[in-house]
Amino acid sequence: MFKQLTDPKEPGFQVFVDGMAVSARPGDTVAAVLLRTPPHLARHTPVRESPRAPFCLMGVCFDCLATVDDQTSVQTCLVEARPGMRIERPRGKLKVAQ
Amino acid sequence: MKTEHDILIVGAGPAGMAAAVQLADLGFAPLVIDEQAMPGGQIWRASEGPRSDAVRRALGPEYAEGADRVARFRLSGVDYMPGTRLWHIEPGFQVFMSRDETAFSRRYRAVLLATGAQERPVPVPGWTLPGVMTVGAAQILLKTSAQIPEAPVWIAGSGPLPLLYMRQLLALGGQVAGFLDTTPKGQASRVLPHAMAALRGRGDLIKGVKWLRQLRATGLPWLRGVRDVQALGQDRIEAVRYTAADGRVHEQSAQVLLLHEGVVPSIHTTLAMNCEHDWSEAQGCFIPRTDERGMTSVDGLFLAGDGAGIGGALAAEERGRIAALGIAGRLGQDAPAAHLHAAHAGLARRLASRPVIDALYPPSEAQIPDETVICRCEELTAGDIRVAARLHRGGPNQVKAYTRCGMGPCQGRQCGYSVNRILSEEYGQSRAETGFFRIRPPLKPVTLGELAALEEGREAP
Ligand code: FES
Repeated sequence: MFKQLTDPKEPGFQVFVDGMAVSARPGDTVAAVLLRTPPHLARHTPVRESPRAPFCLMGVCFDCLATVDDQTSVQTCLVEARPGMRIERPRGKLKVAQ
Repeated sequence: MKTEHDILIVGAGPAGMAAAVQLADLGFAPLVIDEQAMPGGQIWRASEGPRSDAVRRALGPEYAEGADRVARFRLSGVDYMPGTRLWHIEPGFQVFMSRDETAFSRRYRAVLLATGAQERPVPVPGWTLPGVMTVGAAQILLKTSAQIPEAPVWIAGSGPLPLLYMRQLLALGGQVAGFLDTTPKGQASRVLPHAMAALRGRGDLIKGVKWLRQLRATGLPWLRGVRDVQALGQDRIEAVRYTAADGRVHEQSAQVLLLHEGVVPSIHTTLAMNCEHDWSEAQGCFIPRTDERGMTSVDGLFLAGDGAGIGGALAAEERGRIAALGIAGRLGQDAPAAHLHAAHAGLARRLASRPVIDALYPPSEAQIPDETVICRCEELTAGDIRVAARLHRGGPNQVKAYTRCGMGPCQGRQCGYSVNRILSEEYGQSRAETGFFRIRPPLKPVTLGELAALEEGREAP
């Protein structure tokens, strides 16, 4: 859905989205990585299991919740991607701790 | 880093950074916390990030100023804790925060909220579909990741931000499929002439007019007086439907649709603290009441930046300085009155063009269609809210109790204003009378693991 205007000089690293290696760059939020990785989703809602993608990118909407390094319901737009990070977009009910 | 501070500043955007620098100049040592990984707020987000010359050029001189402000903030030596969420404040001020999956609590004599603004939610049918985002979100992707939509993008709404984003996108070779301008037709011709006369010479407006001319010259498909924008699709947006000014309905394929109808102050924390708020007709939102030193109606709780009324980054900085002087005075160190006067004069200058911008881009008052999802978290529609409102007459809190609207993780940040609008229409009362949800802690979801750490009294990172 989005593409990165990459500067070839800029070094990158790998993260794993649902087990698949994807490249990321310093400063990328996890949500930004998800928005350029098909199927461009973060989660399915716990209420009707409808698909959602990051929407506000500034920590307000909570539509970017995904599992990051085994921690569930992480606001991925507030987390910077790090080398080797594992991101999962589980289908079905997700528990939202509150 | 010290673990004890007298002053907590929440937010490292223009207001928080300016306040921190001012307080440091006065000999104070506040702590600044921020949700993001880097200082700058949304406007100057990722100012320190590496980026190509093309991206830097496209983001423009206003954004470039951010790097200098962030550098000054870093130089001030003020203690700064990024990646930190505030989730509760108790009077007196016992403040609860989380960082690196650990919750902790500390005491402060004064707290400055510099938490800024959020985009006004734009509930249209289909706005929950993947592929629909806000214009602000797309701009953040540009700032943090040099990331633009792959396909020509549809932009719907009103206000300065869509114009700015389109300018930046086009400069980077991105494409706009169409700008569905929902500003009521004739608005500009009604407001602009006398505004220009009144404010001749005001840099902001001149710049705005120049931009508009340049954007028009690019020949991008700019449709004025559009209404009834809808996103259509199954598992993602496939098409956008809208009614053009001539009343004809159009449907066109779409991969990305960006929405925007201005920004509103973030009021969850001030609501939770029971601060007084006023309804602003001009900005179509609630604004916490502050005095001439930036203090809210709660003693010792200060507010600065767009959270105190939308004014932009430079006004936010002035408000940050005003609040810093207010806090210093409260902690027994009155700054010379001339400082406060200078900051107020600066603020007045920065806000001079705001009434024109507000008048140019009034928030939409169109009825929200029944089938539109209002509460993105609990997936409730405008129709659900209307049914509840008719069954049991009451305020937003009753509707929340009956429907769960506003009880999801976003805590009403996306549905609050829609509920306020619908109830006001249903009951024929003012937006101020209807009011907003009562906000309770935690302000942001907290995990049990985080709470356990708090219980054990583990110290913060
Ligand atoms: S995208 Fe809205 S909270 Fe992350």
